[in-house]
Amino acid sequence: MFLYGVKRLIQGIVTVWFIATATFFAMHGVPGDPLMNDKAVQPEIRANLEARYGLDKPLAQQYWIYLKNMASGDFGISFTQQNREVNDIIREHFKVSATLGILAIVFAAFGGILWGALTALYRNRMPDIVIMFLVILGISVPGFVFAALGQLSVVEINDWLGFTLFPVAGWGTVQHMIVPSMVLGLGTMAFLTRLMRSSMLEIANSDFIRTARAKGLPVTRILRKHQLRNAILPVITVLGPSIAAITTGGFVVELVFAIPGLGRYFVQAVQQSDYTVIMGTTVFYGAFLVFMVIVVDVIYGLVDPRVRLE
Amino acid sequence: MAEGTLSWERVQVEREVETVSRPSLSYWQDAWIRLKANRRALFSLFLVIALLAFTVLGPFVWTVDPAAQDLDQISVPPGADRTATVADDYAPWRGVTATPIEGDGGPVAPATVTVDGHPTTHSVRLYWDPVPGAGGYRVYRNILDPEPDGALGLPIAEILSPANVSFEDRLDLKALTYFYSVVALDDGGQESPSYTTVTADVTRVITAAEAVEKGLVEDASDLSPGDTVKMAFHPLGTDYLGRDMLARLMHGARVSLFIGIVAPFFFVIIGILYGSAAGFMGGRPDQVLMRFADFVVALPFLLFMILLRILFNVESGDSGIGPMLVAMVLLSWPAAARLVRGQILQIREEGYIGASRLLGAKTNYLILRHMIPNTMGVILVTLTFAVPSAIFTEAFLSFIGMGVAPPTPSWGSMCNEGLKTMLTTPHELIAPAAFISITVLAFNLLGDGLRDALDARMRATE
Repeated sequence: MFLYGVKRLIQGIVTVWFIATATFFAMHGVPGDPLMNDKAVQPEIRANLEARYGLDKPLAQQYWIYLKNMASGDFGISFTQQNREVNDIIREHFKVSATLGILAIVFAAFGGILWGALTALYRNRMPDIVIMFLVILGISVPGFVFAALGQLSVVEINDWLGFTLFPVAGWGTVQHMIVPSMVLGLGTMAFLTRLMRSSMLEIANSDFIRTARAKGLPVTRILRKHQLRNAILPVITVLGPSIAAITTGGFVVELVFAIPGLGRYFVQAVQQSDYTVIMGTTVFYGAFLVFMVIVVDVIYGLVDPRVRLE
Repeated sequence: MAEGTLSWERVQVEREVETVSRPSLSYWQDAWIRLKANRRALFSLFLVIALLAFTVLGPFVWTVDPAAQDLDQISVPPGADRTATVADDYAPWRGVTATPIEGDGGPVAPATVTVDGHPTTHSVRLYWDPVPGAGGYRVYRNILDPEPDGALGLPIAEILSPANVSFEDRLDLKALTYFYSVVALDDGGQESPSYTTVTADVTRVITAAEAVEKGLVEDASDLSPGDTVKMAFHPLGTDYLGRDMLARLMHGARVSLFIGIVAPFFFVIIGILYGSAAGFMGGRPDQVLMRFADFVVALPFLLFMILLRILFNVESGDSGIGPMLVAMVLLSWPAAARLVRGQILQIREEGYIGASRLLGAKTNYLILRHMIPNTMGVILVTLTFAVPSAIFTEAFLSFIGMGVAPPTPSWGSMCNEGLKTMLTTPHELIAPAAFISITVLAFNLLGDGLRDALDARMRATE
């Protein structure tokens, strides 16, 4: 198990290197250069600036410096916000995005497992039909529509109550977090519900459930100890990729709800062509996602001993 | 020869054999029969065909230019009243004057405010009683009742002479009910604490010349003042620039469905080539190829879509569809490649491949005749499921402003524009969002149906 973890970790580091390299060369291929401004810059000043940002060096050397900085966790300085380090930006705004993401994934996972189990238990009966209809809606409606509708319903709720229960936008208190994280988790929850349902139904037909039933175990015990436990396994495997979906979905939710997270910052950086921030954030997110997938895989290995044998 | 020759002859035996047979069906015929039995999949198939017809044939039926602005009908919801009364040409109004009344103490609101004549979209004319001691007046306009919060709306006019007690509003009038509030100002420009509100139910009017110009009638002499004409018809209303929503949805569908269908088509083809090459070569080359595919899979998809979009710098005037397509294909092929490789590895071990090889079949023949056709089912299912995710990607990118550049409409960018006016005119958001949802739903259901029909092993537990 330990070896497996180490192997995955090395693979992950190589993957992050690949992401960093791809980002570097993609950004380098962008037409124009970061020093191009609306003001004409004198050649001497330009040379000075190039020297300062290390842009006068050959590409291979720039790449080497870039890799060294990345390895030591230094993402450089923002181009548009003078003297603000990308590290600072990430440190400050990632907390918010991570809180939002964790809440969303917890909401999605619990909701998905609960609804999935319910639909499987009430198979082809009213609760199943209603929930599966909602699930199909949840899968088919784009995240930004949920975000817009979520905000609209917050306005309605506050209007109806006569006071502000959930703030419409912003960040800070628990009330700020509830609606955006629910909106963010909705799509993933629908997906997980579907997965949980088919997983539950598959397990229900397996031999060990029949054996347990033949032994005369009580229904609740079969459900709790045998069916649910095994049915959750596939849900855990897709949690890794789901984190990626939730991270990028967070961009939209952060934009709509005006949450000062890294996603909104990234979109802004893209619109302002703040190259260092774009590069830093991309590599950071890439590394984050790669390691989240590894963590989920290792957890899966701990939960399901069969995986370790591979 | 003494003995006769024995002759062996076959004895004809007629026996009734119960034949259990049906016409031999090909894989695809069989799949089609199963698909036809699935009502949900069939319905979604019709929905997909209807959407394609909407996009391809729609613009021939509904020939309104999606970029044309109807400035008389801006942000009009579907089904809104579109009658307009024919009126005379606009005639200037000289206003109402009054001798200023001297007075002491702060000014109060005018005792009455009156709407002169009938308020129309040409002009709303107000006059009021002079206020003693007033140095001037200020007029506010609101589309909501100022009561109870005292929300007067926009200050629309500032009248600095106490002699002038009238105001003519000609600013961007629509066929709505407006609430005009008048306050008096003292010499220092300080507002009176009270205000007087009057409502004006504005009717839409149009001059005969305008009606001809807009193509509503043939000849101006057909119209006389007081007649009603119908304004241009917008079945799904108009957006915030007065553009026809239906025409924009049709043209937007072109972008969304084009990207949604063409991008998966290309990356699946690349995936087939790459995956079958890796799967067939096996060994070391296979490992190297698949490791590279793993790296590409690990790239954060949407972030790299954005990076590549920046890389393929979109020129102004360019719609940005091409770069988006290329970026999507570059990042999405490994999933299809992995799938095809897995299938090829599995099929390679099948008995019929060995049999075919024993008969002297060449590698190319094996790949083209056996392997690729046998993976087609899985590929088709992948393709169907890739369509919704490509449509989502396009919508997401256009939504954050990194997708299709305006003025080219796409469903995602229409949602983006609609979001800004969500509270006042929700139809601008609802229509494109509904189209995205219906399309994604149709392709998801079709994918489910195809999976069930094409591959019994993959059939979802229902």
